[in-house]
Amino acid sequence: MPDAVAPQFISTAHRDETAELGMWVFLATEVLLFGGLILGYFVYRHSYPAAFAAASRHTEIVIGAANTAILLTSSFLVACAVDAFAVETRKICAGLLSGAILLGLAFIILKGVEYADEYREHLVPGIDFNFEASEANGAQLFFVFYFVATAIHALHMLIGIGLLAVMATLTWRSPTTRHRAALHSIALYWHFVDVVWIFLFALIYLPGRSA
Amino acid sequence: MTEWRPPVALVFTWLALLALLASTVTLAYVPLGTFNAVVALTIGTTKAAIVAAIFMELRDRRPRTLVFAGAGLFWLGILLWLGMMDFLTRT
Repeated sequence: MPDAVAPQFISTAHRDETAELGMWVFLATEVLLFGGLILGYFVYRHSYPAAFAAASRHTEIVIGAANTAILLTSSFLVACAVDAFAVETRKICAGLLSGAILLGLAFIILKGVEYADEYREHLVPGIDFNFEASEANGAQLFFVFYFVATAIHALHMLIGIGLLAVMATLTWRSPTTRHRAALHSIALYWHFVDVVWIFLFALIYLPGRSA
Repeated sequence: MTEWRPPVALVFTWLALLALLASTVTLAYVPLGTFNAVVALTIGTTKAAIVAAIFMELRDRRPRTLVFAGAGLFWLGILLWLGMMDFLTRT
């Protein structure tokens, strides 16, 4: 692996650790982005518990659970790709990244199917929203959170898919230790997007199922 | 092509995450009252912790990295704690 370290670093390990810490700082800002949304969710769920349970029952738990399994599996493939990153196994690594990309695209497609179903069921606030009158206000707030949070999450997915595609191409050609550091950063980002979805899944799809 | 096998730890982690997903979906249909929310968030937090520890490799990182990774959680804690305070204590 050909290598050159920028003058501010004393070694590749120093450079890679700096990149990792920088990535965690970025992820902290992302935690607070989604944290603000989740705080809003908790405040309104506290005010409208029955409406949030009723609205949650209208979400598609089969698609939600399938998408959770898809994302967990894609994270697993990315973690494997980090492990397989080496000149000798670069094609395996690129293959694992391609698998993660395909799963990411499957997630986006299922999300689109779900949005289309919700549009047909008049669950999109602002576009002919229609819900049992007694719970309509709270349900509308639930679906505002649902669409904003899942759309921002889907945007993160699209960015992640693009980054993984760049990494798959670079790895296939001629991987260097700089690429290993880049792959490691992108893997952290991808796992973070997975973690966000784990919480969105618990907040959006699971409430009110036992009633 | 050189031999490469997925590390056992990663395979077990993946299977454990899928098992937790299955259990959280199943338990959501069991009537537990307010405990349904507690169970859902506890299992979600467990899944997130497993992803952070093993996929994000925090389990073998030095304290400095853990401080950087924990900073986001620290501020999130302040955000949720102070943000919810008024709503949870108002009578």
